[in-house]
Amino acid sequence: MWLYQKKLEYPVNIKNPNPRLAKFIISQYGGPNGEIGAAMRYISQRISMPDQKSKAILNDIGTEELAHLEMVSTMVHQLTDGVSPEDLEKAGLGDYYTDHGWGTYPQSASGMAFSAQTLQVTSDPIADLQEDLAAEQKARMTYEKLIDLCADDPDVVDPLRFLREREVVHFQRFGEALNNIQDKLSKTKFYMNQIVDR
Amino acid sequence: MMNENCKNINSEKEALLKEIQECTFYIIELGLYLDINPDDKEALCLHNKHANHLRKITDKYESMFGPLTINCPCNKWRWLEEPWPWEKGGND
Repeated sequence: MWLYQKKLEYPVNIKNPNPRLAKFIISQYGGPNGEIGAAMRYISQRISMPDQKSKAILNDIGTEELAHLEMVSTMVHQLTDGVSPEDLEKAGLGDYYTDHGWGTYPQSASGMAFSAQTLQVTSDPIADLQEDLAAEQKARMTYEKLIDLCADDPDVVDPLRFLREREVVHFQRFGEALNNIQDKLSKTKFYMNQIVDR
Repeated sequence: MMNENCKNINSEKEALLKEIQECTFYIIELGLYLDINPDDKEALCLHNKHANHLRKITDKYESMFGPLTINCPCNKWRWLEEPWPWEKGGND
């Protein structure tokens, strides 16, 4: 089970609201490479993983993604808190304001609602871990674009850089988990719960 | 004899885990109630009682049977040990 800790994984203190940046950053909340998708992907995939290390790493990275989700929503909130509807509209958030006001809705930068179609769960550890490696690179790439777009505000760039770096670490750990499984599969005899001779 | 010992250890583990689950549920339920009724002294008192008890039995469980969270200090990384809660035997 999960237990909430009343703190962020890494501090977010944005002094100047800037709805234009919120419009971009919300993509890492509920967009195609965002944190909800990451958390749901890993927390779902862990169930059918065949060995100890891959179960643990998917469980623990999936859990960390929930903390990142909270950081991203905190950024969106601080960038839009107290901003007038007129200024939201000027920043391109008129449509968003119509449906969600100052709330944080899981959607992409272009306004598409979060969809589980952005992730896959196959019960094939090679397919799942390869997807996870790609997902981490896509999230890293998105954070780099956001860092470029937000370059003017160091308060925004700082947590984005932290989140980007976590993607790199996750990629490394998933790579090790995948190597580990491939090593086992290449042995003439192997014993795992799920993988049978084929 | 060996089997008997194992059985005793397993039943102690199960009993302690069940106690932790019950105690955690008390806290969840009281927490929801206190979120809406924060001035209810009786509920607060019950919450304290269970929160203190949970701390004690969680320490006991983790020192005997391994970590329940990754915050648990340990000499050997027992976090990897199976079964996980969704697996056979991981939940009884």
